[in-house]
Amino acid sequence: MFENLSEKFQGVLKGLRGHGRITEGNIEGALNEVRLALLEADVNYKVVKEFVAAVKEKALGAEVLLSLSPDQQFVKIVHAEMTRMMGAQAQELNLARRPPVPVMLVGLQGSGKTTTCGKLALHLRKGKRTPFLVPADVYRPAAVEQLKVLAGQIEVPVFDTRPGADPVAICRDAIAQADRSGYDSVLLDTAGRLHIDAQMMEELARIKAAVDPGDILLVADAMTGQDAVNVARAFHEKLGLTGVVLTKMDGDARGGAALSIRAVTGAPVMFVGVGEKLDALETFHPDRMASRILGMGDLLTFVEKAQEQVDEKQARELSRKLRRNEFTLEDFRDQLLRLRKMGSMEEILGMIPGLGGKMKELKGMAPDEAELKRVVAIIDSMTAKERRNAKLLNGSRRKRIAGGSGTTVQDVNRLMKNFQQAEEMIRRMSKGGMRGMGRNFPFPQ
Amino acid sequence: MTGPNATSRGAFFTRLKAGLAKTRELLFMNVEAIARGIGPVDEKVLTDLEEALILSDAGAELAAEYAETLRAVWRRGELPDVDALRARLRKMVAETLATRMVPLVVVPPYPFVVLVVGVNGAGKTTTIGKMAGWLRLSGHTVLLAAADTFRAAAIEQLGVWAERAGADIVKHKEGADSSAVAFDAVRAAKARGTHVVLVDTAGRLHTKSHLMEEVRKVVRVVGKEIPGAPHEVLLVLDATNGRNAIAQARTFQEFTGVTGMALTKLDGTAKGGVVLSVTREIGAPIRFVGVGEKPEDLRPFDAESFAEALF
Ligand SMILES: Nc1nc2c(ncn2[C@@H]2O[C@H](COP(=O)(O)OP(=O)(O)OP(=O)(O)O)[C@@H](O)[C@H]2O)c(=O)[nH]1
Ligand SMILES: [Mg+2]
Repeated sequence: MFENLSEKFQGVLKGLRGHGRITEGNIEGALNEVRLALLEADVNYKVVKEFVAAVKEKALGAEVLLSLSPDQQFVKIVHAEMTRMMGAQAQELNLARRPPVPVMLVGLQGSGKTTTCGKLALHLRKGKRTPFLVPADVYRPAAVEQLKVLAGQIEVPVFDTRPGADPVAICRDAIAQADRSGYDSVLLDTAGRLHIDAQMMEELARIKAAVDPGDILLVADAMTGQDAVNVARAFHEKLGLTGVVLTKMDGDARGGAALSIRAVTGAPVMFVGVGEKLDALETFHPDRMASRILGMGDLLTFVEKAQEQVDEKQARELSRKLRRNEFTLEDFRDQLLRLRKMGSMEEILGMIPGLGGKMKELKGMAPDEAELKRVVAIIDSMTAKERRNAKLLNGSRRKRIAGGSGTTVQDVNRLMKNFQQAEEMIRRMSKGGMRGMGRNFPFPQ
Repeated sequence: MTGPNATSRGAFFTRLKAGLAKTRELLFMNVEAIARGIGPVDEKVLTDLEEALILSDAGAELAAEYAETLRAVWRRGELPDVDALRARLRKMVAETLATRMVPLVVVPPYPFVVLVVGVNGAGKTTTIGKMAGWLRLSGHTVLLAAADTFRAAAIEQLGVWAERAGADIVKHKEGADSSAVAFDAVRAAKARGTHVVLVDTAGRLHTKSHLMEEVRKVVRVVGKEIPGAPHEVLLVLDATNGRNAIAQARTFQEFTGVTGMALTKLDGTAKGGVVLSVTREIGAPIRFVGVGEKPEDLRPFDAESFAEALF
């Protein structure tokens, strides 16, 4: 439904673009689109409400940035807020204590605990640690066997769980064995259970009390829906989660549950599972997750590039020059070069939100690569004086410049006309501030 | 044969209700007015109802649609109180899903082949175990095909269920070709005169086209051996899943031609409201719901109970 979220956003963002700044009146449409997008991404209803309120407050209170148009600024605020909520930094396991350090994996049935256990063992071993695997799911048929097979594949030692044994005793015995054998970390694969199954939740509490784990990780499926908050809250209240592993991220689920779980527990997402193979485990990047949930990755890339190339200081300097009528051919050339740095013309046009079909039309208006080179060559062939004062450029000077840059006088004339148009357009824009400059400048529309 | 335990609807309903009551304790269900079922209907109540629908994973769009319809009914003065509103919504949902209440009927010519597909961890193997149980109880002979040759110990897992149910099993080694397993199983069933073959496949994310091609091949190979087979392609959906279930249904439909669905893990607090969207996407009926891990925890889908548990 929201496959093409960016496109949906672009429609509402256009409404923002026409305005000088973000206001209560023009932001509602965009906020509602964010709300719908997040709900469709499985972020919990309540969490969405809080999030949208926070974005609104930030957007209305935000300082006006000259380098970004209001729509770009809105995208940036939404993304920044989501990244902030996801947790600032990637976090590692809490293993800095007397070994062996137990790590408990808990979660609903089918969330991916056993596979994640194997992945974490491999991850720890790559970090020069000596993990020990413990199958503590004695309920699901062949669950013990499953972990033993995985252990064999990566050649990590595994506790020989006996069928029908008590999970608390299994974990306690396994840790004693790890201690004797000198393993420094112990991964406890507990059975999947429902968060409302009081007896089974109590079993986890007893395991925790028996082994004093360094970490208790909730393993959650990226496809989880609205119920994620109920699950996370129940596990957190019973056990005090220290981290989350988000599995099955190699699919196309947006993974909004990550935000819900984080909001409810405050526990950081530490890892994401991205495949069935045991090396398919990655550390978590809050900013990437934010883009994924929002489904506006390409928009963000554009905003970032735009901001990188037109930094706030330069924008203010330019604005000052314009007010004093000091916009020169040098500035014109600098702007052109800056745009070039953002990528090829086509690439830039492709990134502009909402362009899509209009691309062809616009391509005709903007200089192509060859023309851009020509323009820069012409300006480079001028003297510093000429560049600063275009009025000096009479017929003979133009002829000289054409010769020096390997172009024709017509080329020079066309450039001068473009420059005047740009100057005019910028002057008009600068009356209402300079919003939009980062994108269209210096090409007249 | 109409399905397992059709008479124990009462017990099933109680169980769903118990799950729901627990959800309410878990703070995030803030739909008190609706839960109490008293008082007059107002805008706040309608918003709460929309919220409840969204919280069931029905999606914002569909929730707004239902709320809009009910608002119109309310304006006409047909909804005197919250109870009436709730009853009306349940009726709407139940009516929408009533057409999807088609039980799986196992009929000759035997073997009747059921291919079970779905994403990782959805509950395929467990559902097969439970199905084998009720088929055996109703006098059918059953053969399980261990065509999940990928996941560690998947074959052993299915073996345990075969033993529990008193079903045969056909298996190869881990890593073998899954369509070869299915082929052998169908052949064996033909030779032995077995009534039903249940083919367990490896969990796969619908986005992985090579894995989707693999399961498409299983369909083809089985169909070559027995014209008309598989007689049922059963898509297993996890009720805990949110909106992604729509994409799952769409893609499995495209690759395997889904003819029925099973909705598992309804014994938790997840409501499975996404099926309201899924049934707009694909035409297959919902054959079963899973309400636990025991052999008896498989029920025929009942639109009214489902709608009732939703709110
Ligand atoms: N509570 C509950 N658990 C279920 C239900 N159905 C399956 N499960 C559990 O969910 C987990 C995964 O089930 P499986 O049957 O192994 O799922 P699968 O789809 O075969 O998984 P893969 O083959 O690994 O893709 C197991 O722990 C099952 O016991 C259900 O209706 N309710
Ligand atoms: Mg399975």
